[in-house]
Amino acid sequence: MRVPWRTTLLSYTFLAPALILLGVFTFYPLLYGSYLGFTEYNGARFAQGLDPKWVGTANFEKLFADPLFMTALQNSLKYLLVVPALQLAALGVAVLVNKQLPGMAIFRAGFYVPVVTSISLAAVMWEWVFNREGTLNWLLRSLGLTSPEAQFGWLNSEVWAFWAVMLVTFWRGFGYYMVLYLAGLQNIPEELEEAAVLDGASAWQRFWKITVPLMRPTILLCTLLSTIAALRVLEEVLVLTNGGPLNSTYTALMYVFSKAFQGFDFDYGLASAAGLVVAAVALVLSFVNFKLFNRPEEEQT
Amino acid sequence: MSLTAATPARAAGRTVAWRQPVALMLRYAVLILILLFALFPFIWTLAIALTDKTAGTSIYAFPQSLFPQRVTLHNFVDVFRSFALGKALWNSVVITALTVLGTLLISALAAYPLARFRFPGSALIFGAILATLVLPSETTFIVNTLTLKKLGLLGTYGGVVIPTIAGAFGIFLMRQAFVSVPVALLEAARLDGASELTILTRIMLPLTKPSLAALGIFTTVTTWNAYFWPMLVLSGAPDKAPMAVAVLKLKGQFNYDPFNIAAGAIIMMLPVLIVFLAAQRLFLRGMEGAVK
Repeated sequence: MRVPWRTTLLSYTFLAPALILLGVFTFYPLLYGSYLGFTEYNGARFAQGLDPKWVGTANFEKLFADPLFMTALQNSLKYLLVVPALQLAALGVAVLVNKQLPGMAIFRAGFYVPVVTSISLAAVMWEWVFNREGTLNWLLRSLGLTSPEAQFGWLNSEVWAFWAVMLVTFWRGFGYYMVLYLAGLQNIPEELEEAAVLDGASAWQRFWKITVPLMRPTILLCTLLSTIAALRVLEEVLVLTNGGPLNSTYTALMYVFSKAFQGFDFDYGLASAAGLVVAAVALVLSFVNFKLFNRPEEEQT
Repeated sequence: MSLTAATPARAAGRTVAWRQPVALMLRYAVLILILLFALFPFIWTLAIALTDKTAGTSIYAFPQSLFPQRVTLHNFVDVFRSFALGKALWNSVVITALTVLGTLLISALAAYPLARFRFPGSALIFGAILATLVLPSETTFIVNTLTLKKLGLLGTYGGVVIPTIAGAFGIFLMRQAFVSVPVALLEAARLDGASELTILTRIMLPLTKPSLAALGIFTTVTTWNAYFWPMLVLSGAPDKAPMAVAVLKLKGQFNYDPFNIAAGAIIMMLPVLIVFLAAQRLFLRGMEGAVK
């Protein structure tokens, strides 16, 4: 079928603003950023108007010889521990609020409020919770779990800062995945649940035998999203600990950011290379995720 | 599972009947605990913001600091005066308004041909736009900062806004909305001699108001809250920084005053919270629609 040229012209006119902006600020930086990873390029070269100098894999060799990058990469991988906790909690909470009971709308909205909170506010608020004199210590003391002498600032602890930052990620994330799971739960036919109830299946059995298998596509999507998000964690670290204490919360994307913008030499080449490594890890993990959750139907009845 | 187990199940159903109220109470107890976890930082911040600091109470005096003895609005006035928060608030308003307008305009324009015409390259363009959702974006902020510097946009509102307004999410959302408008309506308009731009503005946009609203609200919330990108673009122009950036700067100040910061935090959060609570249904539906 021939398309009238007027339609084509009109279509491209309407699309032009979006295409130009996407080209300049999305596609070009993707390509150019990947190229920069293989070059020597820094603030000085940029200021003098010099082009990036191709250096092959030199940046990558430098990265893997840099203990700070290795720490950052390890921390980012350790950060993935938040994913199962987040997904189980979100799915569990979604199941709890999915029933038609009074007040559920309030819970759903309330659980979502942390998601619409700016990271800046989260930083201010959670610092008071994690403070030496903050709520977390008070709570533990009140429950008789710690003594008044054993109190410390959680974000200043080399051991605990990492988990404290992760708790903020968890807090900001579970409402988001809860909503996605709710959408999936709405699609499960009610008759199925009712039949199971008549069969005498307990709530626990219904959850594992009906909800989880039928929610598999949603679980795959959410795990995928949250794996990539956990790997890319930057803002939480930036505002809560700035990578410290002693680099214990320093993540891979923090490395990308600080090499490009916080050092003396603005090493764009090295930062881009680090970004490419993170992107490669993200791709591999997505693939693994997909393989894990997209298993053939063997164990479904 | 077998259906023959129906009889014992009924018997079991009778014996567990008393458990139902217990299960219900347990469900609510768990939900209330989680709600406390989700909202506690806000409740505490609000309490601190309303506390009269001249009374000499510490914000860490638990649990008394949750129930301020003397309530005052003075902290809100104070934070405006001593930290020039009014300017930051204005910056947030400008940046958010420009981003929302830009996003709606660009998304609607781009979505119209993608929803309504088949033309050479349409599938490729749509595919490329969707691909941006999954492409690894780890290095884009570096190159974008360099581009903005070259264009002389670093340290301007435009530098914050322009790179963010063309996005797959908005275009995709509007395209889905446009696809659902009946073809007959458009054909009737065309027979009447309406131009495509007229059709877009007079027929398509009014009919897809809910989607436009959802996209607008979504963009408002994310832009208002954004920290990293405005921080990066405006690092050399602190006078243009939005509240999300300014509030954190307050925290780092020498004369650290938790009461004022709490007040600043509440001022920053209120607009988003009001928008979210008022348009909750739309917002959550937009979220779900975005992943389907």
